[in-house]
Amino acid sequence: MSDHIISLQGVSKEFDTKNGKITALKDIDLDINHGDSYGIIGLSGAGKSTLVRTINLLEHPTEGKVLFDGKILTGLKNNDLNLSRRKISMIFQQFNLLMQRDAIGNICFPLEIAGYPKEEAIKKAKELLKVVNLEDRANSYPSQLSGGQKQRVAIARALASDPEVILCDEATSALDPKTTRSILALLKKINEERGITLVVITHEMEVIKQICKKVAVIENGQIVERGDVQEIFTYPKTQAARKLFFPVGENKEVFASGKTSTRHRLRLVFDGRSAYEPIISEMIMELQAPVNFLYADMDVIGDQQKGQMVICLADDPQKAEQQKEFLRKAEVDFTEIIEEGEGA
Amino acid sequence: MDTGTLIKMLWEGLLQTMYMTLAGTFVAYIIGLPIGVSLIVTSSNGIKPIPIYNKIVGFIVNVVRSVPFLILMIALMPYIRKVIGTGIGTGATTAALIVAAAPFVARMVEQSLLEVDPGVVEAAQAMGASNMQIIRKVLIAESVPSLLNGGAVATITILGYSAMAGAIGGGGLGSIAIRYGLHRFQPAIMWITVVVLVILVQLMQEIGIKIATKLDNRIN
Repeated sequence: MSDHIISLQGVSKEFDTKNGKITALKDIDLDINHGDSYGIIGLSGAGKSTLVRTINLLEHPTEGKVLFDGKILTGLKNNDLNLSRRKISMIFQQFNLLMQRDAIGNICFPLEIAGYPKEEAIKKAKELLKVVNLEDRANSYPSQLSGGQKQRVAIARALASDPEVILCDEATSALDPKTTRSILALLKKINEERGITLVVITHEMEVIKQICKKVAVIENGQIVERGDVQEIFTYPKTQAARKLFFPVGENKEVFASGKTSTRHRLRLVFDGRSAYEPIISEMIMELQAPVNFLYADMDVIGDQQKGQMVICLADDPQKAEQQKEFLRKAEVDFTEIIEEGEGA
Repeated sequence: MDTGTLIKMLWEGLLQTMYMTLAGTFVAYIIGLPIGVSLIVTSSNGIKPIPIYNKIVGFIVNVVRSVPFLILMIALMPYIRKVIGTGIGTGATTAALIVAAAPFVARMVEQSLLEVDPGVVEAAQAMGASNMQIIRKVLIAESVPSLLNGGAVATITILGYSAMAGAIGGGGLGSIAIRYGLHRFQPAIMWITVVVLVILVQLMQEIGIKIATKLDNRIN
């Protein structure tokens, strides 16, 4: 057994298109440990889907090596690759179920491929339907199931081959928020109870916050930042990570009104302790200077409560400086928000 | 001609037509189905792209399909005579039907398999399915309803070809229609054969659609 269940070493991928070569991945190194829940986040076109597809070699990298549990997958013969692929399951945004098979038939599919006896396969499929809470839909066809139910069947199918890894390619992007939460909870449970490694590809921060412990931020085919989700949430180092973690992007109109004093906007991150203390109201009372609240939100990241807030400091530069000093003393993590193209 | 003889003649014609159509379709599928599957598998976004094979076979299919059936049959006559001993009659017509219909069937099959969601194929690949497993369990199994619909269309087309073959010495209802309707000026008999052909086509289409719909689990 290797330290890392998945290891990408110097992986690059180029596509030949009519308009010349497109580099989708540039020299990616990525190690994922046994039992991790590892998020890979990026905006669309960043290369995250290509990245996850190189893990099970649905895309063959132009350069570099892909290792699964210490075994080099790149260069394996088809048969050997297929054997390894049975330990790496995958679920998809569009579920990709067989339309002509019912739920049980879909779950049996990977077992059939692996040459399981039919009766054992059906027995196992029924057990897995229980795991995903769909016992009563055993004989329903995909066309009779809702999106969330289809993804549950897909998850049961992914579990059928007793995988060590499940790759989730935008698995909740086609689902509504409530269904998304229940699917993510199911995946989290599978990760925690069965020790199956999750690799979660998404463009949604919420998904990362809910089920990932580690995250890599990908931009233009490169991993620009990686680490513990909590760490990156609190101290994002790169512009790409800030874009994803800061609420600015999705709440542009909120900030438009505060244009006059853009220089004084701060993003505060509270940890579990200070989240409960009324720090801001104390600051306002003590310094007798107002602040504008532009955005505030509480999150549970992993098992920790984290809050983030965007405030606009007092117009008076002296007061603003005092306010910053107050926050520093209170040990609140904050960063000044400078929008792109606006910097000094 | 008394009614008894007429009925006997029409019945024999019908049997010959059915024989040519069904045997022709059956063998055309034995040849055309693998060709159609191979065109999907070897296409540039197929599971095993082989561009040269795909181009060559695609070209041959197009060439045979672009020759009108009557001309193809006349062109094939000498070769068919060499192989089966005669250039006319139901046997020769069936042989010609197979040559003409196989490429048509290949394209029908190709169209049906194209309807299979590439994502499902990708999912099967991710599960470690071999190419043969993907062909059998995904590409073909998922497009059974569409293949059956295509089968009905192919059978009807081949029925039409077999009737045309009557013009140049093929057997069956087409031959009766031409001999009596055209050569002996007995339009009544011709019209009877037309009615029988129409009924045959209707039956095949209906049966095809019925079975296809019944087997399709996408619409319930």
